[in-house]
Amino acid sequence: MQKPVIATTSLAGCFGCHMSLLDIDERILELAELVEFDKSPFNDIKNFTRQCDIGLIEGGCCLDENVHVLEAFRKNCRILVAVGECAIMGGLPAMRNGIPIKECLDEAYLNGPTVRNTNEMKIMPNDDELPILLDRVYPCHEVVKIDFFLPGCPPNAELIWNALNALINNSEMDLPYEVFKYD
Amino acid sequence: MAQKITISPVTRVEGHGKVTIHLNDEGEVTQSRFHIVEFRGFERFVQGRPYWEAPVLVQRLCGICPVSHHLGAAKAMDVIVGAGTGDGLTPTGEKMRRLMHYGQILQSHALHFFHLASPDLLLGIDADPAVRNVIGLVTSPDYRDLAVQGVMMRKYGQEIIEATAGKKIHGTGAIPGGINKNLSVEERDRFLKGEDPLNADTMISWAEAAVTLFREYHKKHRDMVDHFSKFPSNHLSLVGKDGALDLYHGKLRAVDAEGNKLLDDVDYQHYLDHIAEEVRSWTYMKFPYLTKLGNEKGWYRVGPLARLNTCDFIPTPKAQQAFEVYKAYTNGKPNDMCMHTHWARLIESLFAAESIKELLEDSDLQGEDRVKKGTRQNEGIGLIEAPRGTLFHHYRINASDQIEMANLIVSTTHNNQPMNEAIHIVAKAQMNGRGKITEPMMNAVEVAIRAYDPCLSCATHALGKMPLEITLFDHRDRLIDRKVR
Ligand code: SF4
Repeated sequence: MQKPVIATTSLAGCFGCHMSLLDIDERILELAELVEFDKSPFNDIKNFTRQCDIGLIEGGCCLDENVHVLEAFRKNCRILVAVGECAIMGGLPAMRNGIPIKECLDEAYLNGPTVRNTNEMKIMPNDDELPILLDRVYPCHEVVKIDFFLPGCPPNAELIWNALNALINNSEMDLPYEVFKYD
Repeated sequence: MAQKITISPVTRVEGHGKVTIHLNDEGEVTQSRFHIVEFRGFERFVQGRPYWEAPVLVQRLCGICPVSHHLGAAKAMDVIVGAGTGDGLTPTGEKMRRLMHYGQILQSHALHFFHLASPDLLLGIDADPAVRNVIGLVTSPDYRDLAVQGVMMRKYGQEIIEATAGKKIHGTGAIPGGINKNLSVEERDRFLKGEDPLNADTMISWAEAAVTLFREYHKKHRDMVDHFSKFPSNHLSLVGKDGALDLYHGKLRAVDAEGNKLLDDVDYQHYLDHIAEEVRSWTYMKFPYLTKLGNEKGWYRVGPLARLNTCDFIPTPKAQQAFEVYKAYTNGKPNDMCMHTHWARLIESLFAAESIKELLEDSDLQGEDRVKKGTRQNEGIGLIEAPRGTLFHHYRINASDQIEMANLIVSTTHNNQPMNEAIHIVAKAQMNGRGKITEPMMNAVEVAIRAYDPCLSCATHALGKMPLEITLFDHRDRLIDRKVR
């Protein structure tokens, strides 16, 4: 039987959810036997090379390019899982929702104590090379259809491991109370 | 600026790190830029939150070294609650935090070396991307043992973090003025004498072996390791009061390329007297510099290479021995060889492993006096040496205990100019007169950036293997070539 193929990405996340997956520790050896990885920051594969079975998404959408990556994941993955608070509800980056983005930029580049006296020309990052910031941070399910949600910030390694195994074996998920946390 | 802000997505290629290169009439490289394309707005949206939330909130900027942000913010909050800077805490408070921090240094350095850098070193930079990664290592019979070592070393560090912070990622252990738990005797014994390999002695011997592994590699590839993207610069870090390597607390010191001290014994509560930042329109990442040298000459490097250039000695025996060999290689002068960062990082891992053992043997960790408070202040600054370099957290609080102002300078930001320099050097060496982006060029740029282990905007690290896009323009700004991978 062909091994299931997994892809992962971090949109507007902190990589903590990816780190939590690494916290399965030595079971990474089992994982390497069990699945194959396509596009993922765990390897050097930067574009999809084939249709994948499971896509794990960390982070919500804060830039236009996050939206494009998420759409590409929906297109290329049979099952999409929103992993962690950021993917599910926007998480910490969504604390900027409700604040005009100009205020955020002004604080970082004009008003901060280390730029206040030096940025006389009032320079702002506004080059064509920079992607476009969205008006607010969007959770993944507002952009594409998401099949499963794994809560936690980050979800515990056990929870991710159990969920992956359940998806791979098409079995019911073992969900002990201790690993299931909203934090 | 206004036209940059929009809700309608437009198509752009994916990429957290982006490089553009400009050529003149003669086809020579005139300008190379490394663009950081992420922006969070943290400094603004944290305003209005109660100050004690900061240590748990801000670590969500970076899940790769969250402990650094957790402790950086907690150290600033120590000042706010009147507990003073680093050494003002109770012995239990300070030592629990140190243990947490060295656990983090061990896990982060292990992650970088074993999971990220060693596949390049062992399998070769031109190995198939599908195998040139940690999964490729664990499935290769030759390197499986080494990869397992990396995994277990990271696990040990993560478990120390869990025991001190409550959770492996985004813990809550450090609170303003101290720590909310001590270490039980059972926990201590597990880390000290636990079943092999998860005990302090095994970690020390593995860290030693990793230093040896690098030195063997160095012997075989001296040319590349010594010359690749080498350039002189200033260096900045915290050092202990006595000049010792100290990653948790100290005074600011900066040295120039010759080793002359530019800053010494500086209390970081006064960092604004010495450091400012420049904003450039083409990247979200600012450019810090030493004010006394100005923005053109005042930039500096931070991180393992810088730390071993600023400190006088390492206060643990095995790491000190390795440090002496390392220093002798440059006759005691500052080391400006980019690839030696790996060497420095491994010496620091050894130092972290030895420090963990020393701390575990200290009965202060079982103390009950965990928190200290004094006269409430309105402003506090916390500095720490994160795995990738000096991290600044600065907060001002209003009378209702709300954060009124926050300023963060993360490690990777300090290395902004150095990374741009490194890319420029590589671009000149590889591109002059070619007018085309070649495969070795892509590799070289990636390796140059990766040596800094950038944690892009502390959120887009991509495990050191970020998507890279290089664009080449002629003297009229017409696009000649673009490559993505
Ligand atoms: S959910 Fe938490 S751990 Fe995951 S990316 Fe968001 S902030 Fe990081």
